[in-house]
Amino acid sequence: MSAASNSVTKAWDNPVRRGILLFVAMFFIVLAVGIIQGTASILLILTQATAFALIALGLNIQWGYGGLFNFAIMGFLMVGGASTVFLSYPVNMAFWESDGPMMLGRVLAAFAVAVALVLLARRVDRIGITGKWRTAVVALAWFVGYIIYRTQIDPAAAYIESTAGFVGGLGLHPVLGWAFGGLVSAVIAFYIGKISLGLRTDYLAIATIGISEILRALIKNMDWLTRGTMTVSPMPWPTPLPQQLQAAGFSIPDSFVYARVMFLVLSVVILIGAFFLVQRAYGGPWGRMMRAIRDNHIAAGSMGKDVTGRQLELFIFGSILMGIGGAMLATFTQIFDPSGYQPINHTFMVWVMVIVGGAGNNWGVVLGAFLIYIVWIISDPLAQMIFLNLSVITEQLGWGAIPEIDSRALQMRVFVLGVVITIALRYAPKGLIPETVKSS
Amino acid sequence: MDELIFFINRVLISGTVLGSIYALGAIGVTLIFGILRFAHFAHGDMMTMGAFIAFLLAAALAAMGITFPLPMAFVVLPVAMVITAILALGIDKGFYAPLRARGAKPVTLLIASIGVTLMIQGLVRLIFGSGTRQMYVPGESKDIFRIDMSWAGGSRPINITEPQLIMFVVTAIIVIALHFFLTRSRLGKAMRAMADNADLAQVSGINTALVVRVTWVIAGALACVAGTMLALDVALMPDLAFNIVLPIFAAAIVGGLGHAYGAIVGGFLIAFAETLAVFNWTAVLRPLNNILPEGMELPANLSLVPTEYKLTVAFVILVITLLMRPTGIFKGAST
Amino acid sequence: MPLIELKHVVGGYGGAPILNGVDIAIEKSDIGVIVGPNGAGKSTTLKAIFGLLKVTGGTIDFGGENIANSLPDKLVPKGLSFVPQEKNVFTSMTVEENLEMGAFTRRDDYSATMAWVYEMFPVLAEKRRQPAGELSGGQRQMVAMGRALMSKPSLLMLDEPSAGLSPRYVIEIFETIQRVNKEGVGILMVEQNARQALAFATKGFVLAQGQNRFTGTGPELIADPEVAKSFLGG
Repeated sequence: MSAASNSVTKAWDNPVRRGILLFVAMFFIVLAVGIIQGTASILLILTQATAFALIALGLNIQWGYGGLFNFAIMGFLMVGGASTVFLSYPVNMAFWESDGPMMLGRVLAAFAVAVALVLLARRVDRIGITGKWRTAVVALAWFVGYIIYRTQIDPAAAYIESTAGFVGGLGLHPVLGWAFGGLVSAVIAFYIGKISLGLRTDYLAIATIGISEILRALIKNMDWLTRGTMTVSPMPWPTPLPQQLQAAGFSIPDSFVYARVMFLVLSVVILIGAFFLVQRAYGGPWGRMMRAIRDNHIAAGSMGKDVTGRQLELFIFGSILMGIGGAMLATFTQIFDPSGYQPINHTFMVWVMVIVGGAGNNWGVVLGAFLIYIVWIISDPLAQMIFLNLSVITEQLGWGAIPEIDSRALQMRVFVLGVVITIALRYAPKGLIPETVKSS
Repeated sequence: MDELIFFINRVLISGTVLGSIYALGAIGVTLIFGILRFAHFAHGDMMTMGAFIAFLLAAALAAMGITFPLPMAFVVLPVAMVITAILALGIDKGFYAPLRARGAKPVTLLIASIGVTLMIQGLVRLIFGSGTRQMYVPGESKDIFRIDMSWAGGSRPINITEPQLIMFVVTAIIVIALHFFLTRSRLGKAMRAMADNADLAQVSGINTALVVRVTWVIAGALACVAGTMLALDVALMPDLAFNIVLPIFAAAIVGGLGHAYGAIVGGFLIAFAETLAVFNWTAVLRPLNNILPEGMELPANLSLVPTEYKLTVAFVILVITLLMRPTGIFKGAST
Repeated sequence: MPLIELKHVVGGYGGAPILNGVDIAIEKSDIGVIVGPNGAGKSTTLKAIFGLLKVTGGTIDFGGENIANSLPDKLVPKGLSFVPQEKNVFTSMTVEENLEMGAFTRRDDYSATMAWVYEMFPVLAEKRRQPAGELSGGQRQMVAMGRALMSKPSLLMLDEPSAGLSPRYVIEIFETIQRVNKEGVGILMVEQNARQALAFATKGFVLAQGQNRFTGTGPELIADPEVAKSFLGG
């Protein structure tokens, strides 16, 4: 007996064996949940967990590799979702046949004028206006540019919303939409990084959470582009939908299982591809340089490394994975609902995945993603069970049943998430599978 | 004249209300940063927690049949402040102190405060549900004072509600009390000393553990006041303060992290910037329509930023501050 | 019985020990000066006494008890005071507030002590309402010393009090230290200006690699040809 526990301890100390052990344990957890909740249900959890694993890998690139704080994950998921809506949702002919496109053209022109104005204003030092006066001129240019843009966008938005509802999509393949989500995220990440990566960690945290909220406010309120709170559905799938399988003669339960299996396989293929690339980059010279920068900013800078440039790369790469993951999630649930995005569910949960799994270790992060997502999902029914039992007791005590059990139990998972991360920080700050630092 | 009254109602009063709440929250954030060197993200939820404690106490008193001429939640505020302060001490002892003892980096504490945020949010909703509640006990209502302006030619009154009036008074008292505490009392000066130079404070024999406790007590108590006032002014809901944690941090950073007076100025600055940005200027400039030539009327809505984007104002100010003057208006603790 | 006595103190920051057995004994009437090459453990010795790093061996007797690993908030009331080398004033606080912070552990009326400090440093009395961060380097050093004296210590420890000061201020600071000593405060200081400091030291300690190499009165050490050759630059 003691020999057996001894060998377990030994395996625990070896990171590779520990990883294998943990993955095996997770396999059994998945199996157990599958048996209890049904195959279709566990497939749903696994597919979403796969998308979250991709997102967590993105955060691992930023935080684990580069030590860059990013609280804007929710924003990137929304950008990914909105991008795939635009590319893969069926074409809205009502919009294309209206004056909408032309008005949007004018908006684009106004935008270009505004940008040109600001760029020109920034160069006024060439004609001898410098210092504070230049700052004032630039500020004025921003203001005027903003007004010009607003004069075009406001009527255009109102017109589109009243005639066609929203611009609709381009009707392209969803996988193209996912790639587009990654691309748009990259562009946004470039500008966010340019502005904020020089900031101290705590300022960066606040700045990114602010950016995330702005992205949410934009996507939620740009009804002409995203339909805002009216939501877009149903989104097309890259693989056959259950309804299509049913038409082909599958039974209803089978159709869900097979459709989800196909979607899951596609997601896993994408995850494996991303994992392979990220893992290779980490082991190579690029990854070494990144770690050098993370562990000693100043020394790396003094060695002539372009610290800010490298960090910008990390931020963009990480954000691409987040955008793709966000697009996959939106496609899978078939609905894009900007109100459904919450910092807790979409930013903080990813952080818990990375911290608990082991920042800097891709295997750990993937494990963390699956584990936390499962915990997140099953906390709800578990809490319901506890509440129902408690309710019986309170009724017997004459206090009456507990009201609103459904909505309360849903909140249990938020609490559980908080408990998990504080415990992890205190007792396993390096995560379940810590980063292995090669001595070479 | 009516335009001016409208401006006072919509900008001056709402801006001051919002500014008071931001300032009270930002003082806590800035003190914690000054003493413990980390961005305490759970501060918004400490405000929510304080409001719910005040709500519970008020409901309990009302159930006992006790009545006061003032809102019950305000009457129980001192007790609620004490309870929130004790809870804040407990949170520090349970979640932050062990990490500090290990010598964890500030960013680890920041992430831990996210964990605390999640726990408080989860617990509040588990216990109270996610619906919106009224902070007033049955039988109470939000009194509105209408100051008649007909003597000055105004046809509409200046409106101010009872909680708003209470909030002005309470904020003023707290700011003055805090000023005297920080500049006159032994512990207050020790707090400033520790924010200035923690190592030297320790070397001087200042009991740093005591200063940390005092910081949590003040931050917790002020969070309770801000949360309760906000709930009295708007309504009580579980995500009450989580939504304003961003402007509060913006206020603290704009004022210079670690700088208590900066937090107050920052709070009002952000609040007025937000209020003015979403203010519909047409309402004030309408008389201009009489002078403007035919066919050139002011648009119906002339606000700088649509209301939906109010949050972005705080953020834009924050970014400009960080780029132009990263230490804030007042030079804050920079390391 | 000496005021403070270090017996074979071993200690460091957790890794390999920096102090490998330091012996120091100071009387109330003494000015003790620790000299030695960089990395010899001079400042580390002071920090070890003040509980700022871990002492793993040996004893530090002060006032009849072993104070090894006690923290400053316990040591200051016992009569121990420390002036760090750098960042030794609260820059955002006024001179007077700096002094008050030195008296934090005292619950009695300290106005007499403050008057005494102002008498010793008249320039501080003039600038009492000015933030310490606005003062010159020499004046800051006075604020730092004044702060440390506010707790009425029996032993004042100074880490390189003359570092970064102009020659005129170095002389002034050294004179002040001797004056403080005459008022009944034992002194233990680390100095880079070794010759100048040893000239008035009643006890001198030459440390190297965390151990005592030579001990004697200041003038004795200066006169010792071996000390002069190896540690005082010939």
